[in-house]
Amino acid sequence: MNYSVAFLTILFKEIRRFTRIWPQTLLPPAITTALYFLIFGKLIGDRIGLVHGVSYMDYIVPGIILMSVISHSYSNVVSSFYSTKFQRHIEELLVAPVPNYVILAGYVCGGIARGVLVGVVVAGISMMFTHTTILHWDIAAAVFVLTATLFALAGFINAVFADSFDDISIIPNFVLTPLSYLGGVFYSVAMLPGIWQKIAQANPILYMINAFRYGMIGVSDVQIELAFAMTGGLIVFLTALSLLLLHKGIGIKN
Amino acid sequence: MTALSIQNLKKTYNNGFVALKGVDLDVQRGDFFALLGPNGAGKSTLIGIISSLVNKTSGLVSIFGHDLDKDNVAAKTCIGVVPQEVNFNQFETSMSVVMNQAGYYGIPRKQALRRTEQCLRQMELWDKRDVVSRRLSGGMKRRLMIARAMVHSPRLLILDEPTAGVDIEIRRSMWEMMQEVNKQGTTIILTTHYLEEAESLCRNIAIINNGQIIEKSAMSSLLSRLHTDHFVLDIARPLSLAPIIAGYDIVLNADTVLDVAVPKSHGLNRLFQALSEQHIEVLSLRNKSNRLEQLFLDLVQ
Repeated sequence: MNYSVAFLTILFKEIRRFTRIWPQTLLPPAITTALYFLIFGKLIGDRIGLVHGVSYMDYIVPGIILMSVISHSYSNVVSSFYSTKFQRHIEELLVAPVPNYVILAGYVCGGIARGVLVGVVVAGISMMFTHTTILHWDIAAAVFVLTATLFALAGFINAVFADSFDDISIIPNFVLTPLSYLGGVFYSVAMLPGIWQKIAQANPILYMINAFRYGMIGVSDVQIELAFAMTGGLIVFLTALSLLLLHKGIGIKN
Repeated sequence: MTALSIQNLKKTYNNGFVALKGVDLDVQRGDFFALLGPNGAGKSTLIGIISSLVNKTSGLVSIFGHDLDKDNVAAKTCIGVVPQEVNFNQFETSMSVVMNQAGYYGIPRKQALRRTEQCLRQMELWDKRDVVSRRLSGGMKRRLMIARAMVHSPRLLILDEPTAGVDIEIRRSMWEMMQEVNKQGTTIILTTHYLEEAESLCRNIAIINNGQIIEKSAMSSLLSRLHTDHFVLDIARPLSLAPIIAGYDIVLNADTVLDVAVPKSHGLNRLFQALSEQHIEVLSLRNKSNRLEQLFLDLVQ
């Protein structure tokens, strides 16, 4: 059997889904980030001056882009896969000879596609406020895609365990958003007092944002190698967990 | 060759409920097979396991000789499933619903388009191909699920109450479609609460109750076990009391309508003769209920 056809069917279905409802999926991040750049970057940022030798506006651009990638890759998979369960059309996939890894790859790549597209939109918006040049394309692109992959996987696991629509909003609202804001989007951890610097270093999003910031403007609070190792390790762990859940049928089979 | 072979299939749910207690069942290739049982008997669990929607506790299931555990892809490729409840994405068009299913079975796009058109035309839905599926009527949604289940040309089609909640006209047209599909060589397993449907369409039957198969035979041999037939007679002149005829149980249903239980040993000739002797003229005669219903109730009670 040709599994690539099954994979592409799931992927294109996912892409059609979020592009069909673009006023809900693509427009809000554009507006929100434009406001971030206007308020934090322009109005407040002009009074802050330089951070690590770059303007405050340039400093926050990578974090805001990656924050959008994180929230949208996550929310795409969690909402789509949970709806698939809720409306029971997951049964279409379970009845068909589609291996679990193809189901996972289809949904995760759908999440990556939305994360990347939103990231590109936000990056485009940022160009209206500043003209940041990307110093290390390879690092920036790798962090961009790996972060989207990681959070798409996390969204998938959330959807597997979710029993109601409330369950798919708890993690984004009470975990992802606080961790993103505390992950150094708007500040350098070097600005924090001693103990808070140690606590901040337990936040994995801090490493991703700083690695991406290094890729874009060459500034980071963390070791890039450590950021890649952590992201890669988490991807491997969440992939294994997702496949185990699918194999056991947890949350999707009676 | 058996289309479906089930051996000692057991299922216990996490809450301890034992849904299947060791089911053995064979369905022959080309058969139109009825699987009947009261609510909660284990039909849906059995179909869920065959369709890979429910994990079994133990036992073996093979489809056209392919073990569902060891040769999962080949086994699944042989099956098409039409579930009881609507389970397609209601925000997609009829065409997309069927095309996506073709994609899940690995059918390349050109071929999938051709098969989708064939299936939608066969189910008389081609004109509705661009309609968002939630806007279809109940009968159309059922037919869309049949079209979707057939897009990969399955050798075994499982229809789980496909005509539930549809009107008589649509039900009849769906019967014709199912018979046509069966004639083309597809083995069909049908579950239904309309016993008349099973009696008209199916050649073999199994009855499941409390997680066990309590009857499995040819439909004709099962029906031949009936000892009594029930008829409704329309009579020419009104009566105030039911006539009394030895050996027959007669009830006056309305002043010109008689319900009669006719033992097979007595037959209809003696009944008509006795009615004629009492100057009761019969205008017409029809079956009161379908025969399978009586047998079914006897077996499951």
